[in-house]
Amino acid sequence: MSEPILRVNNLRTSFFTDDGEVKAVDGVTFDVPKGETIGIVGESGSGKSITSLSILRLLASNGKIMGGEILFKGEDLVKKSEKEMRNVRGNAISMIFQEPMTSLNPVFTVGYQISEALIKHKKMSKKQAHARSIELLELVGIPSPETRVDNYPHELSGGMRQRVMIAMALACDPEVLIADEPTTALDVTIQAQILTLMKQLQERIGMSIIFITHDLGVVAETCDYVAVMYAGQIVEYSDVVSLFKKPSHPYTIGLLNSLPRHDIDQDELEPILGNVPSVHDMPTGCRFAPRCPAASDICRAKMPELVKRENGNDIRCWLYTDEWDGEKEVDLYGQKRIAQS
Amino acid sequence: MTKYIVRRLLQMIPVLIGVSILVFSLMHLIPGNAAQIMAGEGASPETIKQLEEKLGLNDPLVVQYGKYMSRVVQGDLGDSIRNGRPVIEEIKTRFWVTAELAIYSTILAVFIGLIAGIVSAVRHYTWADVSIMIVALFGLSMPNFWLGLVLIQWFAVGGDWLPEILKMRPSGWGESWRQVVLPVIALGTGGAAIIARMTRSSMLEVIGQDYIRTARAKGVSERVVIYRHALKNALIPVITVVGLEFGAFLGGAVITETIFAINGMGRLTIQAIQQRDFPVVQGTVLVLSMLFVFVNLIVDVSYRFLNKRIDLN
Repeated sequence: MSEPILRVNNLRTSFFTDDGEVKAVDGVTFDVPKGETIGIVGESGSGKSITSLSILRLLASNGKIMGGEILFKGEDLVKKSEKEMRNVRGNAISMIFQEPMTSLNPVFTVGYQISEALIKHKKMSKKQAHARSIELLELVGIPSPETRVDNYPHELSGGMRQRVMIAMALACDPEVLIADEPTTALDVTIQAQILTLMKQLQERIGMSIIFITHDLGVVAETCDYVAVMYAGQIVEYSDVVSLFKKPSHPYTIGLLNSLPRHDIDQDELEPILGNVPSVHDMPTGCRFAPRCPAASDICRAKMPELVKRENGNDIRCWLYTDEWDGEKEVDLYGQKRIAQS
Repeated sequence: MTKYIVRRLLQMIPVLIGVSILVFSLMHLIPGNAAQIMAGEGASPETIKQLEEKLGLNDPLVVQYGKYMSRVVQGDLGDSIRNGRPVIEEIKTRFWVTAELAIYSTILAVFIGLIAGIVSAVRHYTWADVSIMIVALFGLSMPNFWLGLVLIQWFAVGGDWLPEILKMRPSGWGESWRQVVLPVIALGTGGAAIIARMTRSSMLEVIGQDYIRTARAKGVSERVVIYRHALKNALIPVITVVGLEFGAFLGGAVITETIFAINGMGRLTIQAIQQRDFPVVQGTVLVLSMLFVFVNLIVDVSYRFLNKRIDLN
């Protein structure tokens, strides 16, 4: 792994609602290696989007970072003032969002919306920014950018709009690009185009990408490293090859097992039984324990830590610790795993 | 754009014809003989007959309407029965008084309404928001005739403004700002309250949109986010309300002008109704209706400038 450009350390983010505090992100730690792509996967509500919004401090008004560090090139973003954060946003770290249909302002031309960041961060004149916007539109593969630059968002298709969003995010040559489910709302063919485009641009610009998604297929295609999130925590952090080849955490195994496969004859899909725990009623022990087929006493009693293993990957599971008190060999969704101790 | 405006102007023709038919019917919707009512109780049969001749009441309805319309399109709205002056002249001298009153009231309502609405939305659920909304609720609930009377009581009777306010102004008003301020407040307050509430809810809705988050993610200042990205979207529904309020002010001027003794169109209408001066009533109603239709056209056209998604053609 190359040197990390961004380190998220024990990040905790809460939301304050009428029902009390909701710990949406609870002690998340991961590194973003320079020039590489890290995927954050998880179900809806696992805290992956909140993690990404916390990095840029773009949380809704009732959300708050309660603790932890977000070190970008050694500087803690959590401690920065709002004004300092504005110089980071859209400049060194930028973001693209899930819904291209609603993420662009309907009353401004796409050219204006791209120009804004250039004028703010690169101190360009309106004219220079307009010219640069055309170049950026060309870069993201929009045909006849000279005319498209004066279009309004409603005049573009969903795929085109996501390209505009990418152009906007790349305007100031960011070092980190956060992509929050950038292809979820798009057709499969457009999805593939956008993913290819992002890869090409990464090679060209050399930025790191944090790719938030619930789609393991997209992860396999785009990411170098993967963090699997469950109920506000990272349960497994690994390089993409070992994750797919030999996942360790029961949740990851279950997740991969629930995907449809075409290499074998499958009568039906195997979902993970049970539901994600409610934010107001988190288990005291491992958060996955109530659904885990191998859960033992310690799992239900005590929360496991995220521990680094010999192969460099992190796992949050008692099975791989000396304290494991269950069977030596367990069956996880048809796969055998041997306990560590 | 030009094509759209021309088309809208053409579409106004049937609306105006409808309005003219209604206005024309005024004369015939009065129970009994219009000429007799206009002439008054003690009028001799000769006078009534003369009046019938003058008003052309003996012709068939269609002919009457045709004659009426042919005069109207030439700018002739008939003569006042009371003083014999052409109605159009009467309206000309009064029109600007009412227009000024409505325009000043609209400016006041938009200025206060927008600021209050934006502050309320940006600081929603704070004491500032709550107090603004309580004041707005009062403003909304106060009838303008009551507010007008209270203002006169406070400033005029209590203070030394009364002579100036009640001084008769044969040709319009505006000789003193004191004559202007109170009626404008009386008329504009309700509108300010409506605009404030509309702006607040519209802003709140827009601030929650994805594109506002996108704007923030670009690192632009909060002021740019609110006043450029949010406000331009939030104004679209507010513009409709402003247009409707302007129309309502033109109509509402009837009461305000009467209270403050302003010689505008509203007062002219009231006096004409009291004196059963039907040509004048017809004339003022026609002019006010036309104005209302025009204001609506302007509102529709202004949409296009704010919201590019509306394809006018």
